[in-house]
Amino acid sequence: MQLAAQFPCAGLLPLTIGDVTLTEDTPAAMTLIAPYKGQEKPLSDALNAAHGMGFPAPNRATGKADARAIWFGRAQALLVGPVADPELAAHAALTDLSDGWAVVRLEGARAEEVMARLVPIDLRPQVFKRGHTARTELKHMMASITRVGPKALQIMVFRSFSATLVHDLKRAMEAVAARG
Amino acid sequence: MRITCPLCGARDRREFTYKGAALPVPALEAGVAEWDAHVHLRDNPAGPLEELWQHDMGCGAWLKVTRNTATHEMLGVALAQDAGLAIKEGQP
Repeated sequence: MQLAAQFPCAGLLPLTIGDVTLTEDTPAAMTLIAPYKGQEKPLSDALNAAHGMGFPAPNRATGKADARAIWFGRAQALLVGPVADPELAAHAALTDLSDGWAVVRLEGARAEEVMARLVPIDLRPQVFKRGHTARTELKHMMASITRVGPKALQIMVFRSFSATLVHDLKRAMEAVAARG
Repeated sequence: MRITCPLCGARDRREFTYKGAALPVPALEAGVAEWDAHVHLRDNPAGPLEELWQHDMGCGAWLKVTRNTATHEMLGVALAQDAGLAIKEGQP
């Protein structure tokens, strides 16, 4: 038997409905970084030296499109893109979560209207600005939502929820488009 | 009903799960009577009550929430760790 590697949203995306587009991002690596007690500052320095961004404050993401550190909950962040420098292990517990999360990008002038149907927080650009991130609920799924552009949001859920995520986003996109 | 998470800000109640009374954990060797009281005996006040909630759909933090049981008014929220409710080293 032959097993073939697949991306979480393979066969489901891309998708365009109205003026909103949903695509899948496939970062090479994702690593959870949980700083040891009292090691926040040296960890942030090491992260800066290795990957060019500091450890993010709560509800913030640092870095750029190809290498981002996203605050991922109390006392933890997710490094998305590069393989984590082993030097970081001196200051933090590193857990490889590559392939564990589905990463999608929702883009368009009405992306926030789509999200307003699914999450209980305000994601309008005047409130949820570039560099902002949130851990919240998306239709009963634990999600991570990050603004990655003026009209673009990155949405992450557990990989096993990828089909449900695409289904819920598709229905919300259709509902927003139907309102004209 | 909204709870203001010290990390995430004001969030809808659907993101949180109730985890029980906010009580300090007795020492392991405290004895049966004290542990029995810790597990089973509760006041039932019509008014402010200290509770543990977890922001499980958000940042994952455990919170000590002071809630008025008569009005559901949220009177205060702190990280359980900062409120001295974290299990100390050497405790079970």
